[in-house]
Amino acid sequence: MSFADAYSVLWADLLVLKRRIFRYLITTLVSPLLYLVAFGWGLGRGISVEGTSYFAFVVPGIIALTAMNSSFNGAGTRLNVDRLYFKSFDECLMAPISSSSLLLGKAMVGAVRGLVSSVAFVGLALLVSPTFYVTPLFLASLLVTCLLFSFLGVLAALLSKSHEDMGTFSSLILLPMTFLGGTFFSLSQVPEALKFGLYAFPLTHSSLCLRAAVLGQPFPWASFMIMVGFWAAFSAGCHMVLKRASI
Amino acid sequence: MSSMIETEHLAKEYGNKRAVDDLDLFVGRGESFGFLGPNGAGKTTTIRMLATLTKPSSGRAWINGFDVVEESSKVKQDFGIVQQHMSLNKELTVRENLELHARLHHLEKKERRERIDEMLDYVGLTEFSDYLIERISGGMTRRAMIARALLHTPKLLFLDEPTIGLDAQARRKIWDLIRGMKSEGATIFLTTHYIEEAEVLCDRVGIIHRGRMISLGSPLELRQNLGLVTVESRKSENNTEYRYFPDRAAAAEYVKTLPSGGNIIMRESNLEDVFVELTGRKVTG
Repeated sequence: MSFADAYSVLWADLLVLKRRIFRYLITTLVSPLLYLVAFGWGLGRGISVEGTSYFAFVVPGIIALTAMNSSFNGAGTRLNVDRLYFKSFDECLMAPISSSSLLLGKAMVGAVRGLVSSVAFVGLALLVSPTFYVTPLFLASLLVTCLLFSFLGVLAALLSKSHEDMGTFSSLILLPMTFLGGTFFSLSQVPEALKFGLYAFPLTHSSLCLRAAVLGQPFPWASFMIMVGFWAAFSAGCHMVLKRASI
Repeated sequence: MSSMIETEHLAKEYGNKRAVDDLDLFVGRGESFGFLGPNGAGKTTTIRMLATLTKPSSGRAWINGFDVVEESSKVKQDFGIVQQHMSLNKELTVRENLELHARLHHLEKKERRERIDEMLDYVGLTEFSDYLIERISGGMTRRAMIARALLHTPKLLFLDEPTIGLDAQARRKIWDLIRGMKSEGATIFLTTHYIEEAEVLCDRVGIIHRGRMISLGSPLELRQNLGLVTVESRKSENNTEYRYFPDRAAAAEYVKTLPSGGNIIMRESNLEDVFVELTGRKVTG
């Protein structure tokens, strides 16, 4: 694998992102800000969870959510459009670069967008949240979150046969994760049987890691390793699908 | 002549349909080869297999001596392609699209800049280099795709319906570019359903119908096999009879035998006639 080739794949999207950065930030921050207002300031006012205010509790969850959506859509939706509608993905497939470099480059497109959105939201959170620490573990968790959901986006785009397929994937996979992945409530509040199901979501582990890092709680290394495992699994899935689909 | 493209029993199936069936092909270095056939004949599928985009169901193919499946990374260095559909990134400018291609083909920074300027000049797009793709015409887009395909100086150029959807002026500009590439020694593999295009640009033409190559030769050879002169005699509103003759004298003798006052045309045969005689349908159908 060549990182220079992966960067070449990413380079084109960086140009587009740079050209549209303000529009991108406005679009991508609408959803997390609405969640923050509705759940943080509205619904959660006066509530405390696990010994902290609900507002401080929910902010890391919304960061995980922002990272998930921006990374997945940044990589997946763009690749889906490039592959099925613009057909410009062919250009990458016919280039003398390895499939590893190609997939990493396409995933980095999503990861960069996810990081940009998340960091912008973190900037806002630092202004309004009473307890928020940006630590190396927070940054590492955010980076792994962005990468794993980017690869999931690439995988979904490679499997999709139409734009509707991406919508279906979002509805069946991302939407349940959005509300059940430990973003808005503590997993300690749910029955044991359901808890095991919720741990199957990668977003649950992202929320746990980001929350622990931000609130200065003991870091859940097991969740971090599970995130890395999801990243590896999605990456391997991308390789398999790409190999099956092309030469 | 050594081979640039060679295939052996190449086939591609989609479900029960054989898009390409048992294709044996040899295209020599520096040759300009045309694949002529109607939409759905298997032309694009053949190019996609040769260009490493689609895995063959059976058979083998080599580009510049390298197997397209087993040695695809080496094959990818040797060809450039202009696809039938618009495959440029619409969110980038003309120059940025070329830059992306140059980066993906590992051209060094200085070489990149020089080649991009050279290619933009070659296809006459220098003054439009900073336009977004979505803001330029179809003809300019096609020229930008040609510039991109030539950027890394490929030994082989695939042109899949390079002038489809273009007006006559833009088409002739593209033809000039293709002639220029050929004169510089590139091997050209072109698919088209435009008869004139195949006749004007190709040293040899393969006629493909329902996935099978049904005839192969130079445009002149194919016409000679049929008869160089065609006599069209209109029998009724929906019935025109076509007869083929080796020369005008033989055709004229035949015309004398026809009832006078009929609607009769004597003309040179073309590849459309060859195709209709071989398949019973028009190439554009």
